[in-house]
Amino acid sequence: MLKQYETVFIMTPVLSEEQMKEAVSKFQDYLKKNGAEIVFEDHWGLRKMAYPIQKKSTGFYHLIEFRAEAQLVKSLELEMKRDERVIRFLTVALDKHAVAYNEKRRRESEAAKAADKEAEPEKKQVESNK
Amino acid sequence: MANQQNSEIRYLAPIAVDIKKKKYCRFKKAGIKYIDYKDANFLLKFVNEQGKILPRRITGTSVKYQRKVAKAVKRARHLAIMPYVADLLK
Repeated sequence: MLKQYETVFIMTPVLSEEQMKEAVSKFQDYLKKNGAEIVFEDHWGLRKMAYPIQKKSTGFYHLIEFRAEAQLVKSLELEMKRDERVIRFLTVALDKHAVAYNEKRRRESEAAKAADKEAEPEKKQVESNK
Repeated sequence: MANQQNSEIRYLAPIAVDIKKKKYCRFKKAGIKYIDYKDANFLLKFVNEQGKILPRRITGTSVKYQRKVAKAVKRARHLAIMPYVADLLK
C-alpha cells in the first residue's frame, strides 16, 4: 500500500553549492527510480543547528515529501546512512491530519507569494479607479 | 468602630484569595490535529528554559495531544531544530 512519507535530511556545510545539489538530486533520482512519487520538496538552505553534529554547527536542510511503498523507506535510509555527505536524517510517515496540514501550509505560502506579486498591480488599479 | 470589635480577626492587608483559572487544552480548543515538529517557535511553548518538556499539569494539554507534543519535540531535537540541553532558552 502506498503511504505518504516525509524525509528531512541535513548535509554537511563543507559542500559547495553544486555538490549539495548533486547530493539532493541523487536522492531524488533514487526515489523516482524506485517508483516513488515526489509530492513536494523544500530546500531550507544553510541553517544553524541547535547543537553541533560531527563538530559542524550549520548544515543544509532539505525536505522531500513522497508517496511510496513501505520497503522503499528502509532502502532510502540505508542509502543515506552510507552517504558521507548526509549527517542526519529523519523519515516520518504522515497520517491524514499531517497531509492536510502540509497541504494547507503549502497553499498558504503560495497565496502569500501570489499576494506579494499582485500587491503592486492592485495598487496601480486602485489609483486608476480613483 | 463597633463593627471592627465584633470580628475577631482583623487583617492589615486584604488576604490574597487565589482565583484559579481553569486550564484547557489548546489543541482541543483551537482544533489543531497535527503538531509540526519543524515549527520550533511553536514547540518552544511546551519546554522550559532548559529545553525540557513541560508536564501536562502545567500546560493543561490533554493526554492525547501531550503524547503528540512529546513526539514532535523529540523529532525536532533529533534534527537539531531544538536543543537536547540548553540554558536560557527563553
